[in-house]
Parts: sequence; structure tokens; C-alpha cells
Amino acid sequence: MRHLLSISDLSKVEALQILDTAEELARVSDGPMKKLPTLRGRTIVNLFAEDSTRTRISFEAAAKRLSADVINFSAKGSSVSKGESLKDTAQTLQAMGADAVIIRHSASGAAQRLADSQWMTGSVVNAGDGTHEHPSQALLDAFTIRRHLAHGGDDLTGLHVAIVGDVLHSRVARSNVLLLTKLGAQVTLVAPPTLLPVGVESWPVKVSYDFDSVIESVDAVMMLRIQMERMTELFFPNAREYSRYFGLNKDRLKKMKPTAIVMHPGPMNRGLEITADSADSARSVILEQVTNGVSVRMAILYLLLAGSQEIGASE
Amino acid sequence: MSSTILISGGTLPDGKKSDLLIKDGKIAEVSSKISAEGARIIDASKSVLLPGLVDLHTHLREPGKEDAETVESGSQAGVKGGFTVLSAMANTSPVADTAGVVEQVYRLGQSTGLLDVFPIGAVTRGLEGEHLAEIGAMADSVARVRVFSDDGHCVFDPLVMRRALEYVKKFNGVIAQHAQEPRLTQGSQMNEGIVSSQLGLKGWPAIAEEAIIARDVLLADHVQARLHICHLTTAGGVEIIRWAKARGIKVTAEVTPHHLLLTDELARSYDPVFKVNPPLRTEADVMALREALADGTIDIVATDHAPHPAETKECEWQEASFGMLGLETALSIVNKTMVETGLINWATVAERMSYAPARIGLYENHGQELKVGAPAHIAVMDPTSLFRVDRDLVASRSRNTPFHGMELPGQIVATIFNGEVVFEGGRS
Repeated sequence: MRHLLSISDLSKVEALQILDTAEELARVSDGPMKKLPTLRGRTIVNLFAEDSTRTRISFEAAAKRLSADVINFSAKGSSVSKGESLKDTAQTLQAMGADAVIIRHSASGAAQRLADSQWMTGSVVNAGDGTHEHPSQALLDAFTIRRHLAHGGDDLTGLHVAIVGDVLHSRVARSNVLLLTKLGAQVTLVAPPTLLPVGVESWPVKVSYDFDSVIESVDAVMMLRIQMERMTELFFPNAREYSRYFGLNKDRLKKMKPTAIVMHPGPMNRGLEITADSADSARSVILEQVTNGVSVRMAILYLLLAGSQEIGASE
Repeated sequence: MSSTILISGGTLPDGKKSDLLIKDGKIAEVSSKISAEGARIIDASKSVLLPGLVDLHTHLREPGKEDAETVESGSQAGVKGGFTVLSAMANTSPVADTAGVVEQVYRLGQSTGLLDVFPIGAVTRGLEGEHLAEIGAMADSVARVRVFSDDGHCVFDPLVMRRALEYVKKFNGVIAQHAQEPRLTQGSQMNEGIVSSQLGLKGWPAIAEEAIIARDVLLADHVQARLHICHLTTAGGVEIIRWAKARGIKVTAEVTPHHLLLTDELARSYDPVFKVNPPLRTEADVMALREALADGTIDIVATDHAPHPAETKECEWQEASFGMLGLETALSIVNKTMVETGLINWATVAERMSYAPARIGLYENHGQELKVGAPAHIAVMDPTSLFRVDRDLVASRSRNTPFHGMELPGQIVATIFNGEVVFEGGRS
């Protein structure tokens, strides 16, 4: 594995290897010495050309726990916001000797452009590109689901996951559809027809416009953030109507299986796609997702940059 | 200055082998064995002879974007592709919406002298879709403009479109429509379908093209005017044109070489060299376009040659400009997709790439059969010789060819314009 650009680049074996490595690293993180020397002397750049505090600090924490040097290069106050091209930015980072670039970008395909170009030679990790993919998010989601529901199983066979909301614009949904189905889960997308892409019929999922008909059979429900500007773009009439049909609330929570969990990639719009009592309920694993995010991102960086080194080995 | 040229042993579009003698800018003799002392001889024994190709859709970028292309560099790319006419689209800076600008472009073409550059005038002032441009003045200028287009922008307002269609009837002009419903394509990046759903790129639905075509053929019927549809890309659009022609509506349509060969699967690379407007469509659309070009539903091939400087393509897909080069590869791609597949013969290539576009544009001195007395505009092409497209070797000032690295059949051996050799292969 040289880059992590899309879940579609991963075999099932590679995906499971990331999850298993993350489990091992999580055990280290739970111990007294959180920091490993594995990536000492390596330089990792967080190139965030789009605002995202939580993903950036999650990757930063992961890199630092592996003792890498981390440079944050964020859109605000950087040359990216002054109109510098992706090419020039990449060549600059190359000249500075970046071993890996973690890129968040508003343009779909930006990470792949960076990896396929001759602009830089380091590893590229896609931390969310436009409305395309967010592979590390899907890996941490799969990790979380597996911990709660796989009962010691390797993969997610037999589990039913609903992804609810703005699928059309969601990179989280695209990566999760690819990964969860690769790991054996059944996925149902629940959304108003306006927020599903034309072409979704080619995806390996079921599609429903009726949340209530799906909620009782799911093992996990993944709520997607809905952006307020979607209303002005005519995707749905208003927030109240969206919440009524596609929001997670107390009534729907009650219909879920006893073991079923509630997930959200954050940041949440409480009161819109998820009510406060749902977000804070015993079923909610939303904060665990954040914790697991660090372990999963450590695993990604470890596998990309440390090769076959054993975890915990010093140079 | 006029030369005597003997093209020996070539195959005419109808399949007959013949020598062809050119004198004083005209075809002087067509027969099986011509001997001409002192004539420059072009060996065409492996080649087909076609009437000089006529492109009805070229972006030459001058004035305003000379870093991407000039009339001169575009002319060089044109003759390298066998063209003897280019039709310069109006979206320059300043826009070709006055007699002054079209005369400037026309004169630049004349002074370059490699081929004829006929400017296309804007339909609306500044391509803004609101007020008619100085259509009459452009028609009466030395550039004698007969084709009007806001290409790049759709003439969306139905009243503006109706008026334009009516107004150009005065001199038998034609409106060339870029069919793109603007509301359905806001921010669109590629064909809307399976691939766009996976790539997370905003879709440009086929319906946005078809809705405008449907409206405009009805308008053209109502006011009995000539309508030309630029770069048709969808199977649905083909059906509408077929229906309109069956009703006797005066509509013509073009297809680009790239839409005859490439599909939206190429967007998976996120390489903006494959970003074009209208976008690359599906395999089914490509097949429908080929069939329509073969049966005459689509009248012509036009390149939509759209040079762009490197920095507007070496970037993220959604930041990149729309458009691809086309002049130097057009005939090879038609050879590959239409002739080698058995869909059409060389006589039909002559019709689709020379006679018909010249008729649509009212280019009187072009698009004529290779007969004694006809102006000597000739493309000599060896259809069997393979070449690998190399973006570093193009004549254009820009490098944005989507065919880079592809092996294509058919190289231009020579291009003759007004009886002079303006391009000879194997030397560039």
C-alpha cells in the first residue's frame, strides 16, 4: 500500500489488516506509554485545503503518537487560499521533504490527482475529497461496528447498516458503501430521492425512501450531516419536514433492535438529522468513533510508512 | 507564385485510382496517367484524396488568449489535420460580436495564408444571452459571416433564440446552438450517470442537452429558419434530430471526433484532459452517434478544437477548463471509428467533413468535388499508416489532447490550399 485514496483500491484482506493493526495500536494507546517511536524522523504534512478541525486533529494525534513530525498546512492563512495551485503546493511540500501528505480538499479527486501526478513522491492519504470519498472515516466506522457487533467475527457478514441522509453529497457514504459491503454487511441507503445520485442503482446497496420501514431491521444506523444550504438548492422543503421523515428521534430509537447502535461522522446538527436525546442515548457510539479514529489513522500511517516493522520496535 | 503539382496514384473518394494535376490554384486534370514536366510530385499511391476538410467549430483564442492559441498556430494545426477551412468561434476577448472583431480574425487568417479562417459571429452581445449582437454588420463585413453562435453558452432565452433564428433569414444565415439547459447544469462537471455517482462529480444530464434541442427544432420549424446543433452527444438528441428531419425541419447537427471515441469512464482518472463541454457520455451514446453520422441524421463532424494553457488542466478536475484539442487528430479518429468499422466509406467522409460543413456555412469556394476546374483544396491521407499521438509534438500552442499516447490510423501526407502545398507530412 503506497497511498490511501479510495476504498476501492483496498482488497478485503488489506482492509482487515488495517482494522486488525488498529486494534493492536488501540491497546498501546490504552496503556501508560501512548507514544511509539515507529515514525521518528518522518515528516507528515496535513494539507487541509478545506476546513475540518476534527479530521485534522485526529490525523495529527495519530501521527504524533507514532513520533512523526507533523506540519499543518491549512487553507486559512496559507498560500492555498491565495490562489496557489495544487501543483505548486505539492511541489513545495516535496521540496521540503514530506514523506506523506494527508489531504483534505473540496474538489473530488484532488487526492488522486496528487498521487498520480509527478508533483511529489510521498504517500498520499485522502482525508476527504469533495463529494467523492473519505476512506479513513469508513475504516473507523467499520472498526467501530466490528467492535460492537461482530461478536469476535473477522468481518461484518450478516450485519445490516442503514446510511441515512444526504447521500448525494456525502463522501462518508461513498466510502462506507464500498467498505461495509466489501466486509460482508448489507447496506441500505435511506434518503429523499433528491439526495440520492442518479446512478445509485449501480451501487451494491438497497435504497429506501422510508426510514420507518428500515429502522427495525438495522444493526447500525449511520446518520449523515445535512447542510442547511441544501434547502435553498431545493433538495427538500424545510428543516422540519426533513427531520420528520429522515431524522433520528426518540420514536425511531425505540423501534431499533436492542443491540443496534447509532453513529454519526460529526459534526452533528442536533435537532436536524439527529435529536439530542438520540445523540446522547446509550445506543450512541459517536464519541467512540472519534476515539477509534485515532487508532485507525495510526494504523493507516503505520502501514503506509513503516512497512513491515513490528509495532513497538525502535530503530 | 502559383505552382504546378502532380498528385500521383491517389484514390479518389469514390474509390477510383487517379492522378490529379493542379495548376493556377485549380484542379487542371484528373485522369489515370498524367505527365507534367517540372511539376512538384506528391506520391499518393497509398493515399486517399479528399476535398480539403472544413471545420465548422474551432476555437482559435485570438484575440485575447494568445497563450493558448493564435490564428497562426491554429492554422498550422488545421493544415496538419487536412483542413482548409476553420470556423473561428466567437468566444474570444473581446467577443466577436461586432464587425470590427470578425474582420480582425478574418484578416489574421488571410495574412497567415495557410487556410481560410471564417469567423463565426456571436448571437448575443458579449455572449450574455440578452441583446442581439451586430449580426447584420458582421454579415455585411469583409468576413461575410453566415454562422452565428454563442458557443460555450446556450442561447437559453426562448425569445432571444426565436428572434435570432428569424433575423438571420435575411441572408440565409444559421444559428449554431450550444444546447445546454443552464439550470440543469449548474456546476456540472461530467456526464450524469453511473460514473459520476461513484466519482462524486456533479452531473451534466443528457436531458439538459435534449430539452434545448427539442425546443429549438420546434422554434426553427415555427419560424422556418435554419438551425444547427453544435456537438451533439446523446442518443436522445439523435432521436430528436431524426424526428425533426423527418418532419422537414431545417436542422443540421454536428458530432465531434472525441464524442465518437471516448466515454465518461475516462473521468475515473480525474485527469482534466478528459473534461469537456458537453461531456464525454456513455458507450451507448457513442454507438448512437456513430450510427447517426453514418445514416446522415448527423450531418457533419466538427472538431470543437479547444486549446487551453497547461495551468488550466494541471489542476483539480473541478477547477479545470472544459475542452480538448481536435484539429490534428480529427480525420484519423473518423477513420478509426467510422471507416475502419465499415460504417462509412471515403465518399461519405468527404460529405461529412467537407461538402456538408461548407454548405451549412455557405463557404462557396470550399467543399467541392475533386473535378477539373474546382479550387484546389485537397487533403491527401494515408489511412493505413499508424502514428502515436504525442502532445509534445502538436502544432497547436496548447497540449491538451485527450488522445496522447494513443495509436491512431491515418496520417496526412499533404494538404493543399488554393493550389499550394501548405503542409507536407514526414517533415514536421
